[in-house]
Amino acid sequence: MRNSTLLVLGAGVAVMAAGMVMPGWLTFLLTLALAKGLVVMGLLLLMKAGLVSFGQGLYYCLGAYCVGVAGDYLETQNALFLMLIAVVVCVALAAVIGLLLCRYRDIFFAMFSMAFSMILYGVLVKSSAFGSSDGFNVKPPLLFGWTPTGEPGPLMAYGLAVTAVTVVGIFVWNYLRSPMGYAGEAVRENEIRVEYLGSSVRRIIYIKYLLAAAMAGLGGGITALAAGHIDPEMAYWTTSGEFVFIALMGGTGHVAGPVIGAVLFELIRTYAFQISPYTWQMILGIALLAIILYLPKGVWSLVERFTKEKTS
Amino acid sequence: MITSFVKKSTLAGLLVASAVAQPVLAADEYKLGLVTFLSGGAAGPFGVPAKNAADLVLETLNAGGLPAPYNMKGINGRTIKPVYVDEAGGATKQASELRNLVERQGVDSVVGYISSGDCLAVPAVAEELKTLTVLFDCGTPRVFEDSSYQYVFRTGPTATMDNVAASHYIKEMFPKLDSVSGINQNYSFGHESWADFNGSLNKLIPNVEVTTKQFPKIYAGQYGAEISALMVNSANVIHSSFWGGDMEAFLLQGSARGLFEDQTAVLTTGESAMYRLEGQIPEGTILGGRGPFGIYAPDNALNRWFREAYIARFETAPTYPAYKMVQGIFGLKLATEKAAEKVKGQPTTEDVVSAFENLVYEGPGGTVSMNMGNGHQASMEMVYGRYSHKSGEPSVTDVRRYPAACVNPPEGMSSIEWIEKGMPGAKCN
Repeated sequence: MRNSTLLVLGAGVAVMAAGMVMPGWLTFLLTLALAKGLVVMGLLLLMKAGLVSFGQGLYYCLGAYCVGVAGDYLETQNALFLMLIAVVVCVALAAVIGLLLCRYRDIFFAMFSMAFSMILYGVLVKSSAFGSSDGFNVKPPLLFGWTPTGEPGPLMAYGLAVTAVTVVGIFVWNYLRSPMGYAGEAVRENEIRVEYLGSSVRRIIYIKYLLAAAMAGLGGGITALAAGHIDPEMAYWTTSGEFVFIALMGGTGHVAGPVIGAVLFELIRTYAFQISPYTWQMILGIALLAIILYLPKGVWSLVERFTKEKTS
Repeated sequence: MITSFVKKSTLAGLLVASAVAQPVLAADEYKLGLVTFLSGGAAGPFGVPAKNAADLVLETLNAGGLPAPYNMKGINGRTIKPVYVDEAGGATKQASELRNLVERQGVDSVVGYISSGDCLAVPAVAEELKTLTVLFDCGTPRVFEDSSYQYVFRTGPTATMDNVAASHYIKEMFPKLDSVSGINQNYSFGHESWADFNGSLNKLIPNVEVTTKQFPKIYAGQYGAEISALMVNSANVIHSSFWGGDMEAFLLQGSARGLFEDQTAVLTTGESAMYRLEGQIPEGTILGGRGPFGIYAPDNALNRWFREAYIARFETAPTYPAYKMVQGIFGLKLATEKAAEKVKGQPTTEDVVSAFENLVYEGPGGTVSMNMGNGHQASMEMVYGRYSHKSGEPSVTDVRRYPAACVNPPEGMSSIEWIEKGMPGAKCN
């Protein structure tokens, strides 16, 4: 276990170093993809427990607006401080909404979570102080007044995203191997049995919901800092749908699935944009269909297949 | 399974390879990024007319077939090669795509953006990449009021003047006006349009009653409840900034229920539907075109050429998004050629930027003055008229033209502040 943690840390450092030589567009694309990967990692925790949230956009958008609004009012560009605010506010809201949501399963959970994100969308569209549907601009991030290039640029946000994904990834990897992590699958398989074993199903789901909200808030905060602009579209249900799409693409079998899925999704989308500006949606749709048909457990199942072949 | 994997990876490899392989760029080619809606609800009314206009103008420019002062081939003699990008996907996606256009595709400059959200998001990227970016259609005045940019220009006027001019027009047409109502989409453009209209009308005619204001969802398509509310709370004038399918649906559903029999609608973007709905628009409806475009465009050589060529090729008259696209490309071309006069060889982006600032030029819609936002934001006159189908052809009567200085705030003052203070310094004749 220690070895694999070191391996992930090493990979994080390598990816960060690669950012120095990458073209700018790729750095930016990877930053956004990694931020989405964070949100989908949270979604993965819920999916393992058999719950599909169509409302992670709520925390993604809330995290982004926390960073934007706090940055404006407190006049700070300190990324760590802003991301902390985003996570705290998201967890606080999830602590309230979660009390209600963890009573529901299946389609009811999906629809309820979507309803809450659409409420945030509706409120933001009506609030002209936050720029209504046009949103507003966010200043680029600094780390206690420092940036890697001396001036604000995409590299800073990239570094934040890589660090966040590495740290959260290691956490989720270990969490999924802890009793609390396995409890998720147990809940999916048989709730009554879990209760008889002496665990509270509601508590298990509640904690997963809080963790997922924290990750979505962090992802939203990083997106806001990287893109420099936020709008209510981040809370719209299509954004939440995109996260589910990425989860299906990457696969829910492993923590790396969401990250691979997100990077793949962004790469396919941007090249689809370039190759066929009129029918890029079709290319994305065909890609998902192909993955569902040939790799029902997502892209990650390829890795599993090859490692299994090797060990057997 | 393995063979299907091989097939798929070959396919993916081919895709990536074809995308990464950069076409060899000839030295005398000018790569121009063009961003408009090619999918979604804004594609039909705005994105596609703008793209059609760009196709037509770029082809004619490359052949050197335009009237003076646009008769030089391409841009400063370089053949223009357009690269189209769909504006769909939201502001973050567009910020990302602008990077791709510049860093992956190597465009020289970009003309584009219809959505105000995108226009707020992309300038920061344009500044970072030091790429000349011309915003051609979006309306929010916040772009240059909240920030100032070096490499970003907007050749289309802001939405403020649409609604301020609408107030002036109503004051003239309805001397006994005592009530107005409004129906606008529930998003930034709708809210801002209503606020500007209501604010300026209150300053021009005090004590006008607002009977009701409706904000249905954008792309709702069904306005039964809102039309009932407008009928029950009857007013002299109904203000609406609806566009595209929403405006068409509202007109058709409202006409069927007799909404426009004793109430007059002010459609601030109505010009864009004039030809599509020629039989359905009620007689006397007040139509705006977001500037002197389309039917309101002046009778000059450029406009005659543009209208004839556009109708001949696309079998419909050009609407305002088409005019604004041409205006954006012309501004970029003129600024580049003006900058080239002073230097040897091709001018740098910075040369073009300083030539573009405070540029005054003629487009198919008349004079464009880049005299707002530190020389980066255009102002133009605004025109309103009333729809008439009596001659059997769609036309407008009672046309009034408001000079730019009458319907735009003075340099350095924000639109909201200007309207709140009662529009000081407005020079109307």
